[in-house]
Amino acid sequence: MGLDAAFWILAVVGVGSAVAVVFLRDVFRAALFLVLGFFTVAGIYVTLDADFLAAVQVLIYVGAVGILLLFAIMFTREARRGSLFNRLKMPALVFAAALLGIMIYTMTATDWGVAANPGLPGLQESGTGLTGRIGEALFSKDGFVLPLEIAGVMLLAAVLGAIVIMREK
Amino acid sequence: MSVGLEHYLVLASIIFCIGFYGALTKRNTVVILMCIELMLNAANIALVAFSKYLAKDTVLISGQIFVIFVVVVAAAEAAVGLAIIMALYRNRKTVDSDDIDLMKG
Repeated sequence: MGLDAAFWILAVVGVGSAVAVVFLRDVFRAALFLVLGFFTVAGIYVTLDADFLAAVQVLIYVGAVGILLLFAIMFTREARRGSLFNRLKMPALVFAAALLGIMIYTMTATDWGVAANPGLPGLQESGTGLTGRIGEALFSKDGFVLPLEIAGVMLLAAVLGAIVIMREK
Repeated sequence: MSVGLEHYLVLASIIFCIGFYGALTKRNTVVILMCIELMLNAANIALVAFSKYLAKDTVLISGQIFVIFVVVVAAAEAAVGLAIIMALYRNRKTVDSDDIDLMKG
């Protein structure tokens, strides 16, 4: 029951902050509401037994991406003009609403074949939750070790690319 | 009615569509990037919900692994995207997507 209450609170705050990101005119406040939305998504991960992902969400999204966005807003001095809409405002609203309706209908009408009350996940005896299993799956030879290495190379390429693009000529 | 898979999926759809609407309609490129982050977060919620609910008595760990990769790609995308925006701002003194029409024929 407590988990249900937590879900509803987090869902309302998350949707509200997402709406605020889109409709606030002040870019800086929109970015702060985006950070609030990242926090609520971390809370939703906790209600889904994904404790490691909640920590990753707070560290990377709130800590890195949020700060990066705030710095970008401060550097580009466009905050005074605010975040305006372009002329696609109404057609995009119709299209997004239609997409939302289709998605909600599909997701509620599909029989996913799930247990209503899934059992407790196979937690590690050391009390580390699912983190140990994530590590095993990431680093085992028949797991995701090749995509992991590729992701590392991609991060290096992204960092180098960002430096090259930003450098004064 | 207790919270189940559909609740999480509907929440993910709502956040995704809000981000989609913002990404289509905003003029400030930094705000467009923020809306894309919203869409990625919505997809992550759906992935984690599937990884918990789709199997009985266990957690399908590959859903959470996919979320980690999505987070990595999103971080790289934010870094490169903001670098491009700042390079554009340095050259053209604007971050308005309507004014950035360098490659328009």
